[in-house]
Amino acid sequence: MIELASNLLLLVGAFFYFAGTVGLLRFPDVYTRLHALAKADNLGLGCVLAGLALQAESPAAALKLLLIWPLALAASAAVSYAIAHRAESLGVAPWRREEK
Amino acid sequence: MSAMSLGVALFLLVNLVVALVAAARGPTPADRMLTALLFGSTGVGVLALLAHAMAIPALVDVALTLALLAAIAGIAFARRAWREGDD
Repeated sequence: MIELASNLLLLVGAFFYFAGTVGLLRFPDVYTRLHALAKADNLGLGCVLAGLALQAESPAAALKLLLIWPLALAASAAVSYAIAHRAESLGVAPWRREEK
Repeated sequence: MSAMSLGVALFLLVNLVVALVAAARGPTPADRMLTALLFGSTGVGVLALLAHAMAIPALVDVALTLALLAAIAGIAFARRAWREGDD
């Protein structure tokens, strides 16, 4: 049962990582790409880590795996803000849909 | 069971290789840097999966270090490295 849940979480995590990569390739400008990277990828990481923590040998090992996630979340929030702020102050224009 | 985590790790690696296309396309330095950040977050996932599949717990520490280094790289890029007129 736990193995099934863990496998499922790993697959969901892989899917979100995939979504992040597709977003990085398909989105039109740096702001939207940041959005794909900061959200989809970190959700994928969270699912993968939760899936692995379910199978960890000891509670301490599971906790260590799960502690990587808040670190990654805080880091990606800070980095996304810094890059978006810099892009704006350098005058990178946000993408707009062309008027028909 | 470790076959599952190895399979997912391989899939994430393929993801990384595909993301290199985005790094090559640009057009601003930030777009290229985003691929480096993707290597950070996906690399953490791959390392955690490998730590489980190969039963090498030390790789979890490597993953933690990589997460930290990716954050520092991103901040250093935004605050210091990205200047006007770069392309």
